[in-house]
Parts: sequence; C-alpha cells; structure tokens
Amino acid sequence: MLRLPAIALAALLFAFPAMAQMPALGETVDSKERLQIGMSTSEIAITSDFHGADLTIFGTVDYADELLMAIGQYDIVVALEGPKDNTTVRKKERLFGIWVNRRAMTFEMVPESYSISSTRAVDTIAVEQELNERGVGLNHIPLRAVGFVGNAANLGEFRDAYRRLKQTHGLYERDPSGVRFVSPTLFRATLRLPANIPNGVHTVRAFLFKSGVFVGEQQLPLRVVKTGIEQAITDAARETPFAYGLFAVLMAIITGWSASILFRKD
Amino acid sequence: MSIYLPIAELSVNIFVILGMGAAVGFLSGMFGVGGGFLITPLLIFYNIPPVVAVATGANQVVASSVSGALSHFRRGTLDVKLGTVLLIGGLVGATVGIWIFSLLRSLGQLDLFISLLYVVFLGTVGGLMLLESLNAMRRARRNETVTLKKPGQHSWVHRLPLKMRFKKSKIYLSVIPIIALGFAIGILTSVMGVGGGFIMVPAMIYLLRIPTNVVVGTSLFQIIFVTAYTTVVQATTNYSVDIVLAFILMVAGVIGAQYGVRVGQKLRGEQLRALLGLLVLAVGLRLAVALVVTPSDLFSIAIGGVGN
Repeated sequence: MLRLPAIALAALLFAFPAMAQMPALGETVDSKERLQIGMSTSEIAITSDFHGADLTIFGTVDYADELLMAIGQYDIVVALEGPKDNTTVRKKERLFGIWVNRRAMTFEMVPESYSISSTRAVDTIAVEQELNERGVGLNHIPLRAVGFVGNAANLGEFRDAYRRLKQTHGLYERDPSGVRFVSPTLFRATLRLPANIPNGVHTVRAFLFKSGVFVGEQQLPLRVVKTGIEQAITDAARETPFAYGLFAVLMAIITGWSASILFRKD
Repeated sequence: MSIYLPIAELSVNIFVILGMGAAVGFLSGMFGVGGGFLITPLLIFYNIPPVVAVATGANQVVASSVSGALSHFRRGTLDVKLGTVLLIGGLVGATVGIWIFSLLRSLGQLDLFISLLYVVFLGTVGGLMLLESLNAMRRARRNETVTLKKPGQHSWVHRLPLKMRFKKSKIYLSVIPIIALGFAIGILTSVMGVGGGFIMVPAMIYLLRIPTNVVVGTSLFQIIFVTAYTTVVQATTNYSVDIVLAFILMVAGVIGAQYGVRVGQKLRGEQLRALLGLLVLAVGLRLAVALVVTPSDLFSIAIGGVGN
C-alpha cells in the first residue's frame, strides 16, 4: 500500500565529495560529521482503507570516525512530527456523585502525531537536558502549558496523561531499534505511520549524536494527504459547511419523502 | 463489514448502525414518536462522540418527520398555521440552543450536559408515561371511563393576550404559550438532537388543549423545519453532522418505521405506552449509570483550546 524506497540514496552517498576537504584545524572536531537523509517522496496519499504503514528513510553519516563508528559511538534518532496545534487535556473529578471535567490544561502547539525511531532507547543516547533542549523523544517533546498553571505537580500529572493518552490512541509511537546501520555510513530508519495519522504537513527530523553529544540535525517536510470519498466528505464539511448542511437536509427530505411514497397505503 | 465515518472519525460496523436505525425506526413507527431521543443515546453508547451524535440525530429526525408529516398532511390532520407559529419560537430556540451547545463544548462540559439532560428528560417522561399507562390499565380493568378535563375548560393559558384563531384545530388561543413551547423545544432540538415530539405532544394536548387529532401532524410539521435548521447550523458552527452515519440511520429508520406502524396498530394503547415508558426509563438509567461509575480514564484530550 505504501512503500517509500530510497531512490535518492545513491545521490546522497556521492553528492558531497567537494566538501571533503572542509574540516579545517581549529574547528570543533565534533562537528565534522555530516548527517544527510532522503525520502523517495515528499507527499503520501492515503486511501480510505489505510490501516497504517511503515515509512522508510535512508540516510548517511559522512566524515564519520571509523573507529568510533565501529564501537557504536554514533546514534541516530529519526522522528516524524505531525502538524502542530494547541491541545487541551481535561481531568474528571467526582462532584455530587457524578464525574465532571473539573480541571483542564492546554498545551501550546504540540504535534498531533509523533513517531520516533532510534538506534537505541532515546534516554540512553544523551543526557536528559540535551534531549529536552532538542525536543527529541516522547518524554522530551516540549509541553508548554498555556496560561496560568496552579502548581508544578499538576503540570507533571497532565503531561503524563497527555503522553499516555496519545500512546493509547496510537498517535505517539516509539521504536528504540528502528534505525539500523546497513553499512558503516549508511543507515535505514523505519517509522510507523498510525492508521489515524492526521492530514497536513509533517516534519521528518533526523538527529545525529556522537558519544552522547548532539552533532547535527536534518529536516524534511512530508505532506500527508488523505484521498477518497471519506476525505472528500470531510473537506466539504470543513470548507463549505453551509452547502454541506443544506445537502444533509436535502438528503433527509428525499429519504423521508421517498419512504412515504414507497410505503403509501392506498 | 466496517465503514468509516468521516466526521465521527472512527470505523463502525455498518450492520450495528443499520440495526440501530431499524430498531429505533420500528419503535418510532409503533409508538408514533420521532425516535431522536433514542437514537442519540444509542449512538453515544456505541462510542460516537456526543457532539456528532446530537448533530447527526437532528439530521436523521428530518427524514423520519418528513415521511410522518406527509401522511398526516394527506389525511388533513396537520394545522399549518399553528405549526408556523410553533416554528417561529422553535427557530429562535434552536439558535439559542446552538449557542449554548458551542459554549459548553468549548468549556469541555458538553458531554456531561447532554447526558444530564437526557437522564432528566428520559427519567421524567418515561416515569410519567409508565405511571399514566399503569393507571389507565387499572381503570380499564375496573371498566371506569377516563375523565380527562374537557377541551372546553379554560386554564390560565387561555387568559393570555394576542389571541389568534386556528381554523383547522378549531381553537382560539394566545400565540404566547405556543411560541414559548416552540422555543423550549427548539433548544432541546439543538442541544439534545431530538425532534422533541415526546414533550411537545403531551404539552399541546394537556397544556394548550389542542385537539388530539391535529397534534401529532402539526408537531411533525414544526419538527421538520427546526431539525433541518439545526442540521444546517450544527454543520456550519460545529462541523459535526456526519452525513454517512445520518444516511444509514435514516434509510434503516424509515423502513423500520413502516413495520413498527403495523405492529403498533395491533397493540392496545395503554400497553404500548407502558412499554415505551419502560424503554425510555431504561435508556435514561443506562446514561445515569455511566455518569456515576468511575471512568476507566479520568483524563481526556481534545485538539484546540486557548487555555483559561
């Protein structure tokens, strides 16, 4: 249903020979490596019978230190971040015997979906502060509450609930062994796309770490476009709601009217 | 066979929805009610988001009330003038209702409010219906005749100003209580996704003393327009009308209703009302239980929101 082989692969491997002489003395030695990623497409069309799929991304680490590579000091993290929007988390509390939404917290511009793959568990790749700073990993996506937050304990509780619910819905996923080196410099990352992946512009973000230190990041946009009759209906409901509403009413009138003719007792 | 509902954003079994529509259609044909007050809670039980269930329920009621109103119109048991006055109140009420609906949705209290309204209305109406029908059965056993207040008797309602003559209904009545009734039902239509016949019909008979023969047809007439209006406004303000879901429900519903009518004609009135009362109570009770039982997850998330 959905395959994204690396057509751009060959190009990636050989595209940057001219830069080979670049790392000069005096530069930080950590930054000589270059991370490159490629996808065969920048747009995915999803049909209405879509039940989820895998997205494959290829990439290279150029100018890597062979010895460090051999002993596994390089780590790759690839994340697919969905379109961002404010999201509200609500908590029910018992009030006069019934369960009522009593507390709410809105997080600012968080990705609707998030799928992450890495060479090993993200939390073992780098220190927490680094991961938080880059927003790498399910537990490190910045969750900033909008407006006044009562006390810090609440914030933690709502953040945990947000992450847990997103994972329950399949929208946030992680695969700590989803990135594999297929040659000393070439790696393949497999990202899981959930069945309920949101429409819109997603961002593929790839990170390179060397011995736990962040080295570089690459980004690629990925448009997810749903197709088919269901999507046409959703678009109509969103973009021309008045006509959509009128159509719904017309459909109901015709259905009721034909029933009264069909079953008319003479 | 599963089918994806584009607005509700979930896959459902088409046969469950067809069955639901047919069962409610059957009951609505049998008891002569619109069925919206059963469809919406059933959809909620089947995990359809309440926002979508209410808006789609209103759309479904348009279909069932069109076919009902047409047959009443042919029989001449529909007072268009009375229906139009009801409608004026109904459209204003529906507008207010949509506003309340959107406000509650943004506050995150919509689901609770819908459930509470259903529990209160279904509990009250179901309970009253059951009591009344049990009394009627008891009287029938003792061969007593029913002593309803005669239509000629006057109450405070009939002393209000702005009177108008309704020829078909053979009444001379102030428009104030009619518009007020329409207004109240309009709010219920947009907030609960019902036609409101189950409240409007008794109110017209017992409060306004409108002759029983025109009551059902006239209420159906006003329900068509108020539910149609609500459907369009829900579609434009909350984007919550699921046309796929509505279509399956209405097709199954109108067919089910035809068989319901036939069965209903064979049953006795008070038995029928007792059965309906029990059913309404059961649905209300099920909703009440869901409000009290500890939810499996106290947290919920919704996209959007601007904070406090």
